[in-house]
Amino acid sequence: MLKIEKKKILLVDDDTDYLFQLSVALQDLGFEVITASTQKEAEDIVEKLKPDLAILDLMMENQDTGFILCHIIKNKYPDVPIIIASAVTAETGMLFDVDSEEDRQWIKADLFLDKGIRMDQLHKEINKLLKI
Amino acid sequence: MGKLNLLVVDDEPGIRSGIKRILESFTVSYPFMDEDFDFDVLEAETGEEAIELLDNYMFDIVLLDNKLPGIQGIDVLEYINNQSIDVIVVMITSYASLDLAVKATKSGAYDFVPKPFTPKELRNCLENIAKQLFLRRMTQKMQAEGKQVRFQFLSVLSHELKSPINAVEGYLKLMKDKRNGEKVDDYAPMIDRSLTRIQEMRNLILDLLDFTKIESGKKQRNIKPVYLCDITSQCIDLVQPLCIQKDIDIHLNCNDKIPFNADRQELEIILNNLLSNAVKYNKKGGRIDVTLKKEKGDVVLSVSDTGIGMEKEDTDKLFEDFVRIKSEQTKHISGTGLGLSIVKKIADLYKAKIDVESTPDKGSTFTIRFPDK
Repeated sequence: MLKIEKKKILLVDDDTDYLFQLSVALQDLGFEVITASTQKEAEDIVEKLKPDLAILDLMMENQDTGFILCHIIKNKYPDVPIIIASAVTAETGMLFDVDSEEDRQWIKADLFLDKGIRMDQLHKEINKLLKI
Repeated sequence: MGKLNLLVVDDEPGIRSGIKRILESFTVSYPFMDEDFDFDVLEAETGEEAIELLDNYMFDIVLLDNKLPGIQGIDVLEYINNQSIDVIVVMITSYASLDLAVKATKSGAYDFVPKPFTPKELRNCLENIAKQLFLRRMTQKMQAEGKQVRFQFLSVLSHELKSPINAVEGYLKLMKDKRNGEKVDDYAPMIDRSLTRIQEMRNLILDLLDFTKIESGKKQRNIKPVYLCDITSQCIDLVQPLCIQKDIDIHLNCNDKIPFNADRQELEIILNNLLSNAVKYNKKGGRIDVTLKKEKGDVVLSVSDTGIGMEKEDTDKLFEDFVRIKSEQTKHISGTGLGLSIVKKIADLYKAKIDVESTPDKGSTFTIRFPDK
């Protein structure tokens, strides 16, 4: 039987509960999930392997850890799509958009999502980025 | 469309009309500004004339030539400074001496445009200034409304409040879907985590109440002589159960009763925060020393632990709102990130000074020095 290689998603979030829940949900969708809860852990992981996609929390050790990690990953693997998930967008009006070319240059993430996003929406976005 | 009022001070009519022409059709727009800016240009031939105009009209920007027939540009700049006129000054200089440049910068000149300049150079310079002015106006507006700080605070707060709700909600969904089986026991870890997250949220709300009370200045302060040793020993009793769990010895060193004018509740908040930190960030089998003493009239409280400690750069940001030092060691320790910020705010009310000495892996000492008066 032909074994289809599962797509690897790197999931980074300092909230261990969110990390657990989202990785369960992504595994249910048929992805292989690698988790990290600190910037350092995430850096160590990308040293060793190349994920097919990364989902990063924005605020971890610092308010902008997500951006920093994003930068590091894009430097090493320019073709790995990155989603930055944050809980702080909607209600504070702190909206980041990566639609303009200028923003994309410095933020480098492919997509920004609110953490409250429904699973089916997230799945759709992931598939879009992975071109499945 | 926003207008920026600009004053050109130059004795050469050619330069004045040149600048006017360049700016007539020039508009500054940035994606982040909600309006575009263009320029209204007034002219002055001499420094004296400039000063008269500056006294009578509001300008945003002054383009100032240094070499003028009467008083010099630098004198106008000094006048602007002395009168604290809120205007951005750009010196127009013919590759002037370094001396002048240094002097002008010291007196608050914002930028230099060397003469002769191209229209592009002038536009670039003004574009930057327009951006600067816009940001300055925004900041002033936000500060006036106390918004900026609030905004940052709220964005972090909403993050901190939403995370536990998301976590508990996530676990409840997993339970609803009966993902781990039929029995309640199958979900024990999830239930425990949910309860922990709810407890953390409760702590956050309690801290937040302390915090906002102090910050708004609305908290009733009840200042009277209190005995610091008694209060401290009662606060120690409160953390004793936690100490027993972690096998930590806690010692109070206090020679006399040390009477002290203060609000009892405020001191309790300080002590509870310092003591619970000393337990939380301690190692199993560690030790805590609480020392109270009078030193040159000051009342000095110090809490020492033998815990995980931290790097110097971490101690600097420790007292900011919502700052938590995150590392492998603190990963599993819960906290709101508000405790020490509250301690700092109360200490400020007493004009007390806080010192932190810490060595990674050895421990930390927090010292608060309450001045005599």
